Amino acid sequence: MAPREFARSDASSTPSMAVVEPAAEPAITPSVSRKPWDGSYGFLFQQLILKDFRIRYRNMSLGVMWSLLNPLVMMSVMTFIFGGVVGGGRSRTFPVFLLCGLVPYNFFTAAWITGTTSIIDSAPLVKRVPVPRQVLPIAAVLSNAVHLLIQIGLLFAMALIYGYRPNIHWFWLPLIWMLYMVFVCGLSLATSAINVFIRDTRYVIESFTVVLFWLVPIFYSFTIIPAKYAEIYKFNPVAALVMAMRDIMLEGTAPPMSLIRNLTLVAIVSITAGWYVFAWLKPRFYEHI
Amino acid sequence: MRALLFDRVTKTFAHHARRVLLRARLIDMVRRSPQQRFTALRDVSFELQEGESLGLIGPNGAGKSTILSLATGLTLPDAGRIEVNGRVASLLELGAGFHPDLTGMENVYVNAALTGLSRKQLAQKLDEIIDFSGQRDFINEPLRTYSQGMAVRLAFSVAVSCNPDILVVDEVIGVGDQEFHARCLEKIRSFQRAGKTVLLASHSLDLLGMLSQRALWPDHGRVIAIGDADEIVAAYQATKPKSPVAAPAPVAAAPVADPAPSGGRGEDAPAPQSARV
Repeated sequence: MAPREFARSDASSTPSMAVVEPAAEPAITPSVSRKPWDGSYGFLFQQLILKDFRIRYRNMSLGVMWSLLNPLVMMSVMTFIFGGVVGGGRSRTFPVFLLCGLVPYNFFTAAWITGTTSIIDSAPLVKRVPVPRQVLPIAAVLSNAVHLLIQIGLLFAMALIYGYRPNIHWFWLPLIWMLYMVFVCGLSLATSAINVFIRDTRYVIESFTVVLFWLVPIFYSFTIIPAKYAEIYKFNPVAALVMAMRDIMLEGTAPPMSLIRNLTLVAIVSITAGWYVFAWLKPRFYEHI
Repeated sequence: MRALLFDRVTKTFAHHARRVLLRARLIDMVRRSPQQRFTALRDVSFELQEGESLGLIGPNGAGKSTILSLATGLTLPDAGRIEVNGRVASLLELGAGFHPDLTGMENVYVNAALTGLSRKQLAQKLDEIIDFSGQRDFINEPLRTYSQGMAVRLAFSVAVSCNPDILVVDEVIGVGDQEFHARCLEKIRSFQRAGKTVLLASHSLDLLGMLSQRALWPDHGRVIAIGDADEIVAAYQATKPKSPVAAPAPVAAAPVADPAPSGGRGEDAPAPQSARV
């Protein structure tokens, strides 16, 4: 009571200070007008990707070799298991066949999980820096694209070693990978936003990717899938990419047009839906982080 | 020209401790219990002309940081109008984008990009940033080898480099040493001399009196008083020794319960005087 008395008497003697009472009129609809963030997106993405790359490799003696080690070890183990232990008469080029499956799968898993946790991982930024939030999951996916390039380099090297030669259809590779990345960006936008509100999202996705390993024709061929399940596989973008990679790299043919069309469709639906989910949840990030 | 306007701004936050796990979410869905919300700001109005400086004063939890966050654009109001004219540089928590494993220089690049500088603009300002931070000798060392004060100096240098129109400053300059403290003050003063708008929150009443002509005193989300900085500081200080624990005004004594009608004023409350400035 006393302080208000004080403030009031003070205000009445000096007009420069006003005691402010709560407004009596009803609340007005919220509106904000401000200049949007007008920085350079190119520079920002470049710096965020570089940051990720540096942090990941600075404290590793093997550096970029780590990006190669995982697919190489997986390839060797699976070649041994399916070629030597259970399979028997696998073809000589089985390692390249495997890599065509492992590289898209690895990228999908790593990019989706880091994309999903990107908002939470950058909590101080979200709390304190007014940078457009969409940048964070997209930069996380693009950071993984750097590792992807290294792994694709490995795939090319293995293909050459096993006697495959570049063909005209390799020009399809940039397009299908771009569509694939758009698809993963869309997924990550949606799940990174959901992960802010339900922190278990990340673990659900991790479990899902384990299941996915078996649902994608990584160590088996699409041709062995019974016809009744084949249709379901066509809706799986990860499987679609693996199939397209094998068509291009191993068969030396262009991927079927229906596959390109489906991939394009999935990419557009994913990025649109992801963008809307993100934009819808974004205003409440601040209070839930 | 008007730089910043808050018109009857209300901001509430969800009580959400442990509410971000799946189990809690499912329970919420089943029970459909109404969400408890905490009112951080209620009907806060003020206006800042270009070149003016406003200090926010008040105890912890008064709503100072919420005002700064809204002004910076980190969060949106639940009701009310906010208008920001110009580029905002926020010095809310220095080094929010810093990573200990990156060098000082790499951190400068990342944070400059985050504040919206282009590569070209950064190239022009790089020397200025490094000189102001006083870390030229250590700029290629990892940030984890810096002392806290050194890191803050660097962060401050980057944060003010984007040529802002409005500077939003939270309790940050208290971190470094005396010399840096003086440099920060001088930098903020030079912004003021250049006709820029400053919105700052501080527990240091001296600092507040030095840097702002006007002050706003929120408590529990409501504006207690707004006006000349020296008078508000004096009024605020006067409440301190008398009752350090009790809230300064009966209307604002408790966190505002949400269902309460917004117009409901205490019977013994004084009549409103020029509420908006």
